[in-house]
Amino acid sequence: MSELFEFLYVVAIAFFAISIRGLSEVRTSRYGNWLAAAGMAVAIAATLSAYAVQQVDLLVIAVVVGAIVGTPIALKVPMTAVPQRTAVSHAFGSLAVALVGTADYYQRLPGIDLFSMSVLTAEMILGYLTFMGSCIAFAKLQGLIPGKPFIYGGRNIVTLSVLGVAIVLGIYLIANPTQSFVLPFMALFALAFGFLLVMAIGGADMPTVIAILNSYAGMSAAALGFVLNNQILIVAGALDGSSGFILALVMSQAMNRSFTNVLFGGVGAVVASSAPGPGAAEGRSVASYTVDDVASILENARSVVFVPGYGMAVAQAQFIVKEIADLLEAKGIDVKYGIHPVAGRMPGHMNVLLAEAQVPYEKLWEMDRINPIFPETDVVIVVGANDVTNPAARTRPDSPLYGMPILNVDKAKTVVFVKRSMSPGFAGVENELFYLPNTMMVFGDAKKVLADLVAALKKQ
Amino acid sequence: MTVAIPNDVALNLLVFFLATFLGLQLVRGVSRLLHTPLMALTNAISSVSIVAALIILADPKNELVLALVVIGIALVFTNIVSGFLITERILRLFKRKQKK
Repeated sequence: MSELFEFLYVVAIAFFAISIRGLSEVRTSRYGNWLAAAGMAVAIAATLSAYAVQQVDLLVIAVVVGAIVGTPIALKVPMTAVPQRTAVSHAFGSLAVALVGTADYYQRLPGIDLFSMSVLTAEMILGYLTFMGSCIAFAKLQGLIPGKPFIYGGRNIVTLSVLGVAIVLGIYLIANPTQSFVLPFMALFALAFGFLLVMAIGGADMPTVIAILNSYAGMSAAALGFVLNNQILIVAGALDGSSGFILALVMSQAMNRSFTNVLFGGVGAVVASSAPGPGAAEGRSVASYTVDDVASILENARSVVFVPGYGMAVAQAQFIVKEIADLLEAKGIDVKYGIHPVAGRMPGHMNVLLAEAQVPYEKLWEMDRINPIFPETDVVIVVGANDVTNPAARTRPDSPLYGMPILNVDKAKTVVFVKRSMSPGFAGVENELFYLPNTMMVFGDAKKVLADLVAALKKQ
Repeated sequence: MTVAIPNDVALNLLVFFLATFLGLQLVRGVSRLLHTPLMALTNAISSVSIVAALIILADPKNELVLALVVIGIALVFTNIVSGFLITERILRLFKRKQKK
């Protein structure tokens, strides 16, 4: 017979689904978030009403600790650090699911059936590896360890062997559920796999990695739902898992790469060398300009597009970009922002930073929408982006970037490229754009260059 | 050897299949502007795994089970609080052009 709490679960599930629907538009997005929060409250209340928790004191302590840790994370984290916070939340979520799965294993011992044991084992391996992978992603994003991929010969064989050992131990545990001494070793190898997997991935691939970890965290929650025969967990896990999957797909398509290539390709390991690049070898030269040159070009412009990248986030330059945009708009110049899907360190990162700088969201144009208008654009200002503007992705079949969808900024009348030095981007490939006659290179720290530009524009 | 499959597995698979399908459709409809808050929101939603921890907490078999579940609740409640709050904080940043 169905009980009241099961109907309440259905209500919570409906709230969760409708909340994601709310994100289809900015206008309805905040209602969506609060609807999901209400769904969570309903789910928790329903569970507490149906299952009499014995250890109320411990529950209260756990909840208070969670609130004390969670509130400052949510309210204090700067928007530039949202990718790190996301990695932390994936780490917490997957560790929680792995621990609860482990608890359920000990709870059911010794009379655990084969199906439950199989799903639990898969769930624990997935949970523990996602936890460690997310921790490494956090460390890389936070700059605690170098963002460069940790690469050595035969690394994929080592990494996959570690996963293999975890799986073999898991199968042994499924066959002999009472041999609980195997479990910690299985967890250890799953953790080691997560460590090795993400260590080998470079910083600029983090948008895809975070999305994949997001998907894994959701899948392990759904698996726990199967074991406990709990549909709300299955649905919430499936929603989270499919969302992470779609985002990972969008990210990898925006780089024209497969998941396998992102996870095992070791891209980004090429160390920037001081040797002259192919451009120099071919006798091409780069034209370096000053801020005043840029200001005079802007004076005669009618349309300007900013193309931001991770460098803008690092320099915290989004506010000064907005200041320049305001000055330009005051002169009657049309200003837009062209956003590449993988710009930044997580899906949608640039949109959040520019929104934080109070850029109205109608001015944030995604790649497919902005590309057709570049030929009519007078000036494009590239701030902290590199590979996503490299025309070699269109024109040079021998380039590692070839085939990647890019922002076609080279089609604009003038491109202003703000850059610290001539070093190549993440892919280790020199940007063809630097040598084009319509490109103005301005060397220097993004924030400093843009601040000088503000001063120059104000003088006009 | 006969494998004992508990009740409801087929039904749960159906639920999982339909929820995944629904999730894929819903997420395809999410504005590209909002991919960061989407990740924050779905992460908060999946913290409903607190339900699993609460069910076990109703009747823990021994101290080990109890300890694992209580740590799990602390972690997942951190995600619930920070997940919804940061999603709200991010979404509030998105504004239309001010009317002059």
